[in-house]
Amino acid sequence: MTLKTTESSQFEATKEVEKEILIDVQNVKKYFPIKGGVLKRTIGHLKAVDDVSFTIYKGETLGIVGESGSGKSTLGRLLIRLLDPTEGKILFQEADITHLTQRQVRPYRQDMQIVFQDPFASLNSKMSVEQLIEEPLIVQGRLDRNQRKARILEIIEKVGLRPSDRQKYPHEFSGGQRQRISIARALVLKPKFVICDEPVSALDVSIQAQVLNLMKDLQDEFGLTYLFIAHDLSVVKHISERVAVMYLGRLAEIAPKNRLYENPLHPYTKALLSSIPVIDLDEDASKVKREKIKLSGDLPSPANPPSGCTFRTRCPQAHERCAIDRPELREIEEDHFVACHLYDNK
Amino acid sequence: MSNQPVLDVNNLKTYFYLEKDVVAKAVDDISFSVYPGETVAIVGESGSGKSITALSIMQLINKPGKIVDGSILLNEQDLAVLKPRQMTSVRGNHIGMIFQEPMTALNPVFTIGSQMTETIRKHKKLSKKQAHEKAIELLRTVGIPRPEQIIHEYPHQLSGGMRQRVMIAIAISCEPELLIADEPTTALDVTIQAQILDLLLEMQKKYEMALLLITHDLGVVYEYTDRVMVMYGGQIVEQAPTKQLLKLTKHPYTQGLLSSLPNIDQDMERLGTIKGTVPPAYNFPKGCRFSTRCPFVMDRCKESNPALTELEKDHYVRCFLYDGGDKA
Repeated sequence: MTLKTTESSQFEATKEVEKEILIDVQNVKKYFPIKGGVLKRTIGHLKAVDDVSFTIYKGETLGIVGESGSGKSTLGRLLIRLLDPTEGKILFQEADITHLTQRQVRPYRQDMQIVFQDPFASLNSKMSVEQLIEEPLIVQGRLDRNQRKARILEIIEKVGLRPSDRQKYPHEFSGGQRQRISIARALVLKPKFVICDEPVSALDVSIQAQVLNLMKDLQDEFGLTYLFIAHDLSVVKHISERVAVMYLGRLAEIAPKNRLYENPLHPYTKALLSSIPVIDLDEDASKVKREKIKLSGDLPSPANPPSGCTFRTRCPQAHERCAIDRPELREIEEDHFVACHLYDNK
Repeated sequence: MSNQPVLDVNNLKTYFYLEKDVVAKAVDDISFSVYPGETVAIVGESGSGKSITALSIMQLINKPGKIVDGSILLNEQDLAVLKPRQMTSVRGNHIGMIFQEPMTALNPVFTIGSQMTETIRKHKKLSKKQAHEKAIELLRTVGIPRPEQIIHEYPHQLSGGMRQRVMIAIAISCEPELLIADEPTTALDVTIQAQILDLLLEMQKKYEMALLLITHDLGVVYEYTDRVMVMYGGQIVEQAPTKQLLKLTKHPYTQGLLSSLPNIDQDMERLGTIKGTVPPAYNFPKGCRFSTRCPFVMDRCKESNPALTELEKDHYVRCFLYDGGDKA
């Protein structure tokens, strides 16, 4: 028995070594200035992302959950440099891309793409499907016309559209089909890393399932790494290997998904998980009855976050220290990081 | 539960006349009842007709839409024959409604207080001062902190959850017998959603209202409702007490919906899907409306539309799979 455990842990350890870091985020901050007064001077800062560090491994899906205003979308945009970080460092395959100009960052864009939430707003309605998918190829300028056409045909079939759809315009498609166009547009450059920013939250459940299945298939086929941003915890669990929970611009907890969902440590994660209405048909069975933790109040304004731990104003377990010291994200168990004073002695 | 329904909808048809010869049958022959104190859910995807059903009950269908057939009885009073003025008094006094997006339902240029007192004074003979006090009391009831201060604020100064609480306060201000909530929490975060749904049920108990909850979320249905109707293509395809419907699901559409939900307790490699998309309301297939997407489709499904039949006690299904055999 003992032997077995050491063996398996050794095996896990060797697996650890093989894990290759694709993106390394170090103490990244994004403050948006708040202008006010007659002279439009900066009167404060909205701390959308406040000192966040984590890594994304090659080939994995890291899910990011959080409520609106938690900074999850801003974080996604920072990683592929659609926004400039205020402080901190972003390494993509060990190259520092934090301070590159937009021109310098362009070659990296071939490897980093994004799929947005609203397939109605993110596709130019005056461009045909072919033009939409061709645009990133033209910008990158590495293929000639015939190669581009061949690539478009290939990707269109991969995402489950018909070759005849190329001449159509976005308004001729339903929400789910449009999201397939967005995915094709992101994948046509054969990127390594794709940020999926709420890609299925505008879709009906039956369509959502089709798109999620497609995204998993494409990940396997192209060896993609995903950063999957969503507010729906069951969707995130379905698609991710690891999950990070954000609250008011900071990471509250990050862990492999099963550990996070079965044994959440942060009081916010616990509350978040217990607020999801679930269909629990064997509630009489031996399964642990989910304890309902209802949070009171709203998310505080990121322009004026509470001192110390930003969650303390809604935390059922807040104590004196939480108002004074900001808890750091610490590794409590292997691969399980939490930012909470309840675990200070562990 | 009394035997007299609060709301009794019979063979309701609401059509939209889009262009010449193009008719969208948004709601096509639906019948159901809601009893006092009961929470009933209408579930469906976008385009299934669930919101149009709610608007039809409220008599809020505008051109090119029209209620072409059927009756809507509220406490045995037929709403279709009421004059607009009488209907205005029914809305608010007898039926309250909460919409999905509280920012668009509230008027941005008036304070919370003036919008609330307007509603209260329209339906109750109260002085301005009394109405103001009543409004503060209602805000306190729906759990708004510092109501004396909030009442002077504008909708944009409140968060989404707070705005939805204000909507609930307005909807219950005249203590209606029936409260219709159309996707009340879809625009809200999950921790706020739990607060609002709990509040709705609490208010329902307090004022002994019947609650008609329109949603696309089967988790919400499971945790908060007694009975559920599943809509597809403007019709009810399955109807049963909530637990029974989710446990002993009969209709292939409901089964498809359930299998496409990611389960938080179980790991699944792939989700079940329903192929294709919802057909538009002006171009339903001949026969069963789900026949174009149904995995069990038979020849007769393409020919005629099955009727909603009672399979077991209180469990109604519209599907030929359960036709004949042991039932006959």
